[in-house]
Amino acid sequence: MKVDIEKANQEGASRILKAKPTIVDISTAGEAVPGMKKNMILHAGPPLTWDRMCGPMRGAVIGGLIYEGLAKNQKEAEELAASGDIEYSPWHHHAGVGPMAGVATWSMPVWVLENKTFGNKAYCTLNEGLGKVLRYGAFSEEVIARLKWMETELAPILKKALDKHGEIDMKNLISQALQMGDEGHNRNRAGTSLLIRELAPYLVRLDEDREKIAKVLEFMHSNDHFFLNLTMPAAKCTVDPAANIEGSSVIYTMARNGTDFGIRVSGLGDRWFTAPATMVDGLYLPGFTAKDAAPDIGDSVITETSGIGGFAMAAAPAIVKFVGGTPKDAVNFTKQMYEITVTENDTYQIPFLDFRGTPTAIDLIKIEETGILPRINTGIAHKDPGVGMVGAGLVRPPEKCFHDALEAFVEKYGD
Amino acid sequence: MKKILVQKDSYYDSVFLMLINKEVKQFDGVKDAVVSMGTDVNVELLKDMGLANEEVESATANDLIIAVEAESEEVAEKAIEAAKELLNKKKSESAESDEYRPVSLDKAVEMLPDANLVVISVPGAFAAREVRKALNMNLHVMLFSDNVSLEDEIELKKLAEEKGLLMMGPDCGTAIINGKPLCFANVVKKGDIGIVAAAGTGLQEVTCSIEKFGGGITQGIGTGGRDLKNSQVGGRMMRMGIEALKNDPETKVIVVISKPPAEDVAGKVIEALKETGKPCVIHFVGLGAGKQEGNLYYAENLEEAAGMAVALSKGEKYEKRTFTIPEEEVEAIVERETQNMAPGQKYLRGLYTGGTLADEAMILFEREIGNIYSNNQTKPELVLKDPHTSQGHTIVDLGDDVFTVGRPHPMIDPSTREERIIKEMEDPEVAVMLLDIVLGYSSHEDPAGAILDSLKKAKVKAKERGGYLSIVTSITGTKGDFQNMDEQKKKLESIGCVVMPSNYQASMLALKIIRKVG
Amino acid sequence: MNVKPINELFKKELVVINMGLESFADNLKDVGVKVLQMNWKPPAGGNKKISSLLSRLGR
Repeated sequence: MKVDIEKANQEGASRILKAKPTIVDISTAGEAVPGMKKNMILHAGPPLTWDRMCGPMRGAVIGGLIYEGLAKNQKEAEELAASGDIEYSPWHHHAGVGPMAGVATWSMPVWVLENKTFGNKAYCTLNEGLGKVLRYGAFSEEVIARLKWMETELAPILKKALDKHGEIDMKNLISQALQMGDEGHNRNRAGTSLLIRELAPYLVRLDEDREKIAKVLEFMHSNDHFFLNLTMPAAKCTVDPAANIEGSSVIYTMARNGTDFGIRVSGLGDRWFTAPATMVDGLYLPGFTAKDAAPDIGDSVITETSGIGGFAMAAAPAIVKFVGGTPKDAVNFTKQMYEITVTENDTYQIPFLDFRGTPTAIDLIKIEETGILPRINTGIAHKDPGVGMVGAGLVRPPEKCFHDALEAFVEKYGD
Repeated sequence: MKKILVQKDSYYDSVFLMLINKEVKQFDGVKDAVVSMGTDVNVELLKDMGLANEEVESATANDLIIAVEAESEEVAEKAIEAAKELLNKKKSESAESDEYRPVSLDKAVEMLPDANLVVISVPGAFAAREVRKALNMNLHVMLFSDNVSLEDEIELKKLAEEKGLLMMGPDCGTAIINGKPLCFANVVKKGDIGIVAAAGTGLQEVTCSIEKFGGGITQGIGTGGRDLKNSQVGGRMMRMGIEALKNDPETKVIVVISKPPAEDVAGKVIEALKETGKPCVIHFVGLGAGKQEGNLYYAENLEEAAGMAVALSKGEKYEKRTFTIPEEEVEAIVERETQNMAPGQKYLRGLYTGGTLADEAMILFEREIGNIYSNNQTKPELVLKDPHTSQGHTIVDLGDDVFTVGRPHPMIDPSTREERIIKEMEDPEVAVMLLDIVLGYSSHEDPAGAILDSLKKAKVKAKERGGYLSIVTSITGTKGDFQNMDEQKKKLESIGCVVMPSNYQASMLALKIIRKVG
Repeated sequence: MNVKPINELFKKELVVINMGLESFADNLKDVGVKVLQMNWKPPAGGNKKISSLLSRLGR
């Protein structure tokens, strides 16, 4: 065989473990995100065109165009979206990640994180909140107004507080959150609380209108998933250095855009392997059923890719009820993940498993050998744009991605 | 009304599914049912039965299929629900045991670093790969799975030889290592006789007989049925087993059992035995006794192999005899069994669950009266036209592949034999039914009890016709087996079955009866 | 023929990994043998193509 896969994977795993994801700034997409353009719409998942987009994604695009001032209303937005004048690009191609539809435009504020060990950065928008929000495909006036508020008040104020506070060590916060019942994907309450705790004194000291500061604090407090938009870029800048290692079968990207599920493998560069997105198997909020669900969507599965989220489910037994299982299931799901990863995390630990490190560095070959697919917890969007979240559950990624990736890997490195 | 459910990514092992399948088929109103994994073979079967749809056709070996044909939609749905319940019951029972069950062998070894043996009984198509992994991790292997290709067997045994590891199989049903039962095996006393066998129930019969004669065993090494038959496999495992027993200080006597080997392989085995310098008993089922050569002794049947080995172990002279019960008693039994037979009764029907035991009987009858039909016959004119239908004198091995498609082996599930007994009892020309009752681990918990009703019915039917059906049996087992050998004997005798001390003696008794009425 | 590991096995306690029918593990547990029951599944969901791809990687 042409290459030492084991060695390559150890290298990839080691880079992931060495990461030091750190919040360094708040900026805007236009200013900070590499390759960003005024007519560009960043989105979650693998490459996608308007004609293939699902309901929530389209809704988010419409909202993004209106927010950015490129269209005045839905009709104009739809025409513009289909015209060919808008460039659609995956967040992953711009060192970033976006939750659910993940739509971002030039003016949107973004978190800027840096992996201090390797110097690479990652970006993500700030989380808007729950319910009728852009990332679920809503584009009403209320949504646009909120986005504007985030751009003009929330982000600048937080930036000032962050500048005063100095950089925030995300690895440390995530590690604490995991020991407080979070898993970093579907449960972020502890992380959000820790973040507020970090920033609160600095917010209070700012020379800003008190009411404005209060609104910022209330906003963060009212949204349990505020921290998600930080765990995601933390995960992103953690795994990116593990890309492009010759001979490595470590999966450094998993992502969905509501139409396709896609993965990328370290030793296969930036090739995407996609397959139709699957449906989530979960519990629905009152009034909703499986018939209302949109297919799996979002970059938030980057958390699993880095060894948290569904891979740390045993740290968040509460999440399992929400996805329809028992705490014992949570433990077993996590234990299964150890069979498809290269290593165990040395910082993210699971108290219930005697502080065992989370399964880290997903190995494509082990997935194919064992038939165990990565376990992903996720929210479920309504299939119609703008309705919002209708439930949460477990999703089984499509096997085809992994089969295709293996075929390519063997083509390149096999006998 | 047909209803089909495909559950993706839900692997269950085949024996478990077959038992569930059996239960579902018995529900009221269910005409037919299949509960199986979506392997190519099973999907074809479902297609043939008209129980396939698009989902079924795209199912894989990792997907569960529950297909039901019932009198109404309601019944079909209920049946599927009940099947799911049964499946989940077992899953949750096993999930209760706290320990995580690893999916990969790597993980298993990580969890159990002291492991020294892997018992593999996964479907044959996947077995070779697992064996290779195990051997490369320096683990000994017991390979129960069959349908492993010849090429794979050769390659794996070469690898095992290189590493000096046991690779017992493929298709190895029985082994006893360090006194511990692997797969189908009996609880046998410890002693100084070591056995290497290319015959599962043969090993069972010999080990049980050894205990019966007052001896005990050191090791019972299985080699898989093909080990000596094929020149390329070359008896590798047999020779490794012999070498190990040669080196084993606990083993004073070596026994080798097999169906007749390929000629060149036989030569190698005999050489190897000669080199051990220990007294060796050879029994090639179907080959007559050879002359004793130096330390090599030839036995004519399984029981004799045991008898000779024990005599050698005790330093006693082996007394050759057919029956271990007094001549007068044997004659009395023959008399009793034949005195009420009707004039037309003349045929033997051997209904066996153990392959080697069936072969032993078949070869014996071949030699003594000829014209024995069987599904195991080598003479084409004596192969049963339809394995499910006896002709003349018939000895059928119910463990043969043709009977175990979609059904567990008759040693696990007696219903195959039960059905055959019911069929045979309709034939007024049957004089003797000859059966093996195999006890030990993995066998049914009450093999005699399970067929008692049908045997009784058969005797009653014969009586109603003005005749008498003789049922001759032997029990392959020891007092240590959980089925309680004495109870099993009592059950059989309570309905008038003759229980002989060994398969050989049972066959010889049946022969006497046939001769008397023939 | 090298059979040293076999003779060594004869002197040790059997420690078994059971890959397949659970009843075989139960039997061994019954007689006091340490057994680990695997939750074996067909590799790559029984997909033969994948199995052969894996073998080209020496797995």
